[in-house]
Amino acid sequence: MRRWLLRRTAQAAVTLAIAITLLFVLMRAAPGDPLSRLQGDRLLSREEIASLRERYGLDQPLLTQFGAFVGGLARGDLGVSIEYGRPVTSLLAERLPATLQLGGAVILLNFTLGLWLGVRQAVRRGSREDRWLTVASLGGYATPSFWLGLVLAWLVGVKWGLLPPAGHSDPLLDSGAGFLERTVDLLRHLALPVLTLSAVTIATTMRHQRNAMLDVLRDPFMLTARAKGLSERAVTWRHAWRNALFPVVTLFGLWLPILVTGSVFVEAVFAWPGLGSLAAAAVGHRDYPLLMGAALLTAVLVVAASLLTDLVYALLDPRVRLS
Amino acid sequence: MSRVLEVENLRISFPDGQGGRLYPVDGVSFSLERGETLALVGESGCGKSLTSLALLQLIPPPGRIESGSTVRLGDIDVLGLRGERLRQIRGRRIGMIFQDPMTSLNPVFKVGDQIAEGIRAHFDVSRAEARSRSFNLLQEVGIPDARSRLDAYPHQLSGGMRQRVMIAIALAAEPEILVADEPTTALDVTVQAQILEVLDRLRATRGMAVLLITHDLGIVAGRADRVAVMYAGQIVEEAPTARLFARPSHPYTQGLFASVPRLTGPVQRLTPIGGSVPPPSAWPAGCRFRPRCPKAFEKSELAPPLLPVEPDHRMRCWLAETGGARG
Repeated sequence: MRRWLLRRTAQAAVTLAIAITLLFVLMRAAPGDPLSRLQGDRLLSREEIASLRERYGLDQPLLTQFGAFVGGLARGDLGVSIEYGRPVTSLLAERLPATLQLGGAVILLNFTLGLWLGVRQAVRRGSREDRWLTVASLGGYATPSFWLGLVLAWLVGVKWGLLPPAGHSDPLLDSGAGFLERTVDLLRHLALPVLTLSAVTIATTMRHQRNAMLDVLRDPFMLTARAKGLSERAVTWRHAWRNALFPVVTLFGLWLPILVTGSVFVEAVFAWPGLGSLAAAAVGHRDYPLLMGAALLTAVLVVAASLLTDLVYALLDPRVRLS
Repeated sequence: MSRVLEVENLRISFPDGQGGRLYPVDGVSFSLERGETLALVGESGCGKSLTSLALLQLIPPPGRIESGSTVRLGDIDVLGLRGERLRQIRGRRIGMIFQDPMTSLNPVFKVGDQIAEGIRAHFDVSRAEARSRSFNLLQEVGIPDARSRLDAYPHQLSGGMRQRVMIAIALAAEPEILVADEPTTALDVTVQAQILEVLDRLRATRGMAVLLITHDLGIVAGRADRVAVMYAGQIVEEAPTARLFARPSHPYTQGLFASVPRLTGPVQRLTPIGGSVPPPSAWPAGCRFRPRCPKAFEKSELAPPLLPVEPDHRMRCWLAETGGARG
């Protein structure tokens, strides 16, 4: 176990190093740089641009710039955002809570409602309920989230005025508001973006869980479980579901980074102050330091999610050994 | 002797994919006395496994047991039971062992827990008590070092050990009937003998009735009290084991014996039965063995009932009327 963990950590470090290098090179290979926009609009003179370039180290050779970035990384310093003029770490830290709230709520909903619906479908395979849920999940799967987001924001948020159509909290909320009041306000703001992101993800979770369950329900040990005289509930949830969790764990491992770094579209539609919109803006601005910071965070999450997936596998399946 | 199980006119159907239904088990009747071993013998596809599953209503959908079928345990009509009352019968009155111990145990649970689960499904005992009973069961089925094996996972055990665990699970709720569906088919020959020996011993010590389902006539001799031979969804011959081996009467049974190699006596060429077992969709009218039968005659075009050959020996062949000679 310890050796496994050490080896996986070493592997993760190598993966991260490759990812960072690739990102750094690719970003520089893209046309334009953080200052070309200012230059094109003739907002600044040639001399001013040159002095800015020097200030951000953009006049240095690529290798030197990379060295400076890696050096900063070793000290936990991701540099200063060119667009915002603030440290990248504090920008990321500022946006992280909102993203975790959104991603966490979506994952929670998938892990409860999505799995439960998938299991139900498999157990009642071929029933009217199964067919309707199949239609619904295919519908959810086929719906573009930015479109669904816009429709929900307009219909529920604006036309019916049931829920706030945008933002993270009510700006008019009294700063002295109690915990309960603030929580309710957050949940109301969360509802529409979570619903939008969940429509697609739950559809996928349901399909995976349904298929995994159908596979397990055909296994001979299900017959053993029934022949012992176990209740249908024990047969379904203890014997079948435990074995049908593996494909879903893999799915969640793949999703975790996406949900944590946020959905660009959904954050844009609902003006949700998360990492997704920050990263999207950074691409547009060629804000190298901020973009590298956001990309690094994503890479770390991808590696961590895959590590977590393996750990959960080992926890669930006695045949998997961490060695 | 008292009758512990009575199956009457059991019919199991599956959709044929064209709006109709097929009957892979078509009117099977037999009974089991206390402490007796009945062997249900037949080739794969003859309906013997489905018959055993029907005893506890374990036929997988879309298969179903047709109305008019009866399975009686003492005075309980099993096929009329649903839900909780059915659950109470499963494992408690009839224990089941399946063919492949590799896939019949749940891979993610410890074997001790899989046995204890069967105990706690029927008896109101503590976890500790269930565990100690599981330990006793593992010892009873001959697993060495039973204490540590309680915490083993199925993949850590050999095939023979796994089948012993399956037997322990089947015995967990102390049933009076044990149904063993091809219990040794998936095992090595040496291990087969050990498992059969365990089953024999348990039957003797616990006084259980055993329904042994097999395609292997070799394991029937000296082990079963009676044999029922199945062909195409029906029982075609039924007799005490010694008599069946001495005087197989139905042409199909005779064909089965002729195709089993013998270790004693002069070396003879095996005579396989011509053709192959037809699927339920291709069963002929009249006697179902007719197209493959060397002794078929005009009357075989009518479906024969089970006819007496001797007082406790019956077969589904018109030749029984004439003592074996063609009429």
